[in-house]
Amino acid sequence: MSIPVPRFGHGSRVPGWDESVDLSKDPAVVPDPETTPVLPELRTAITEAMAKYPDRRSAVIPALHAAQQLHGWCSPAAITQVAAVMQLTPAYLTSVATFYDMLETEPEPKGHHDVYVCTNISCSLRGADEFFDAMIAAAEGEENVHVRSFECLGACDIAPMASVDGEYVGPLDTGDAERIVADLRDGRPVLKAKQLRFRKSADPEVAEAASDFSPPPPQAPRPDTAALPQEGETLDRPGPSAPIEMPTEDAAEHEGDKQ
Amino acid sequence: MKLLFDGIDEPGLNTLEVYERRGGYDSLRKALGMAPEEVLANITDSGLRGRGGAGFRMGQKASFLPHGDIDKYLVCNADESEPGTFKDRELIQKSPHMLLEGIVIASWAAEINRAFIYIRGEYAHQADILEAAIAEAREAGYLGEQILGSDHSLTLVLHRGAGAYICGEETGLLDSLEGKRGNPRLKPPFPAIEGLYHGPTLINNVETLCTVPHIIRMGGEEYAKLGTETSTGTKVVSVSGDVQRPGNYEVELGIPSRELIYGLAGGPPEGREVKLWFPGGSSSPVLTDADLDIPYDFDSMAKAGSMLGSGAIIVVDDSHTVLEVAMKLAKFYAHESCGKCVPCREGTNWTVKMLQRIQSGEATPMDLDIMASVQEQIIGNCLCVLGDAMAMPIGSMIEKFRDELEAEIEAARERADAAALTDVVALGFADEQPDDSGAARSSEAGGRAGGKPEGPIPVH
Repeated sequence: MSIPVPRFGHGSRVPGWDESVDLSKDPAVVPDPETTPVLPELRTAITEAMAKYPDRRSAVIPALHAAQQLHGWCSPAAITQVAAVMQLTPAYLTSVATFYDMLETEPEPKGHHDVYVCTNISCSLRGADEFFDAMIAAAEGEENVHVRSFECLGACDIAPMASVDGEYVGPLDTGDAERIVADLRDGRPVLKAKQLRFRKSADPEVAEAASDFSPPPPQAPRPDTAALPQEGETLDRPGPSAPIEMPTEDAAEHEGDKQ
Repeated sequence: MKLLFDGIDEPGLNTLEVYERRGGYDSLRKALGMAPEEVLANITDSGLRGRGGAGFRMGQKASFLPHGDIDKYLVCNADESEPGTFKDRELIQKSPHMLLEGIVIASWAAEINRAFIYIRGEYAHQADILEAAIAEAREAGYLGEQILGSDHSLTLVLHRGAGAYICGEETGLLDSLEGKRGNPRLKPPFPAIEGLYHGPTLINNVETLCTVPHIIRMGGEEYAKLGTETSTGTKVVSVSGDVQRPGNYEVELGIPSRELIYGLAGGPPEGREVKLWFPGGSSSPVLTDADLDIPYDFDSMAKAGSMLGSGAIIVVDDSHTVLEVAMKLAKFYAHESCGKCVPCREGTNWTVKMLQRIQSGEATPMDLDIMASVQEQIIGNCLCVLGDAMAMPIGSMIEKFRDELEAEIEAARERADAAALTDVVALGFADEQPDDSGAARSSEAGGRAGGKPEGPIPVH
């Protein structure tokens, strides 16, 4: 997966494809924790993850996630560090890393942005393939933006959609591609008006019931809900599945001042 | 009737405070006041069938777990990746405590002290919400040692996946949770006997577990009055594709499918007709507009030759070709096949190649027979049902839309021929005498226009 293997038109591999592999080396060597330098924050993250499970091996995916976060991708160096802490072989970890779509086994810059465009059936029926092409074109030349098509991301209600650094946005049209890149470049929240987290249920009865709720008592915003629109803004939507209108930047700031 | 979606949009429902104000965790108190057998009896009486895809009765599954003092596990399958399905995402995001309450009750019923939630890695926002909810529940004594002063203790770990469809399959999920590649295991032994870390394991879908508190609140027999006799209760149905109002709708099982697609989701866009629809995610055999009046429940769908699956309706209208839908599906399953079983690994790949042949105008109607026979040879011949999940819809498309596919084959051939001719004219060979070299060149041009792969095949 990581190294493209050259092939003939009929599919066979061109001889010499395996020359980069050093067969004289034993692949089943666990790196020596004494001599392998490991980033301290990575060591803490992995040790904490291992403590959660009855078997430390269960922490492989969390550990690789953490390593990828710090290194940008599951590089050989990252794999070796995880192997040293978890006392597993790099070969084993590589076998796991190559299995999962979210673990990158090709070089990506540190701190890059991941844009997953869902091109599965429900999204493609609504124009995801066109959006994907537009997204590729918009990110052309942006080294820090990594665009890839992804399997169903589980948000067919906002099809066509994409996940930008884990933030679900949709429904998208081809014009949104440029805006996503611009928002990423400037470090703004991506397409705030189209974020899934602000969307109400499509079920008409649910939407009707929601408008009867008494406002919740005031409370300090929690980190995971701090960005949610404040009460009142979500309650009088025109249609059952219409996206929630976001306050303008200024209004949001103003409201923040009041609290 | 709304159970799971009752007040789902209430602001702050993801916090313990609002959830408790709405009567949250009362079912847990009620359940902890009962004996585990009594709780299990309620779940069995409710007739609740698993909402993840297989539709197996939850009470029965839980009763398979051995009793006694052994390490047993409960795993909540939140690796929702069946194309078209997004019900668990909305439930977790908006009402995480309902899931936690269901997990604690189910673990009490099956006398389990260790639970895991396996959430797909893509659901980052939902996982954060769940993480916060778990911390709140632990703080309030709903998780941990001696919950609410009872004998029951439960530790709960949230585990994030890393993007693999196959990890939604229960044994693939267990392997992934153990830190391996998510390859499915041979069954039997079933997870209820030998699952996570070789211990007996109860695996349930998010929606199934979310229903448990409502069953305890209403009583199993009362819950069984909802829906139909063999498909009890309510179901959150994800409707997507060519409909005007895609989204999750909670309905009582047994309502006419037309009501869901046209009544709730608004039907296809103006001027379009339903051509085909998947009743239970992309893995279910397709149905046509003639099947719209079939009741939406487990048995009626099975009788119609399809399945309720994960409860995700994907509607395709007449602006799309069957070929394009089949191609999307086949490519998806070829990409997600874990590669362990040959019929699935090869069958999915060859189905893609055969569909590409149709597109490029190289196929004949006989290819449809070959493709159908490949599907037949996948079904039932693998460790898990990923291969079947492609074979069933593709097989049903060939069966039900054979005329259209044959027309597509013919049209693609004509297109390829025309393109070949244009190529020949453009190259200036048309005026030449049909000598040997000219014939060779024009066939070369025809081959190119026909879309034969040029150069190395891309590596996946």
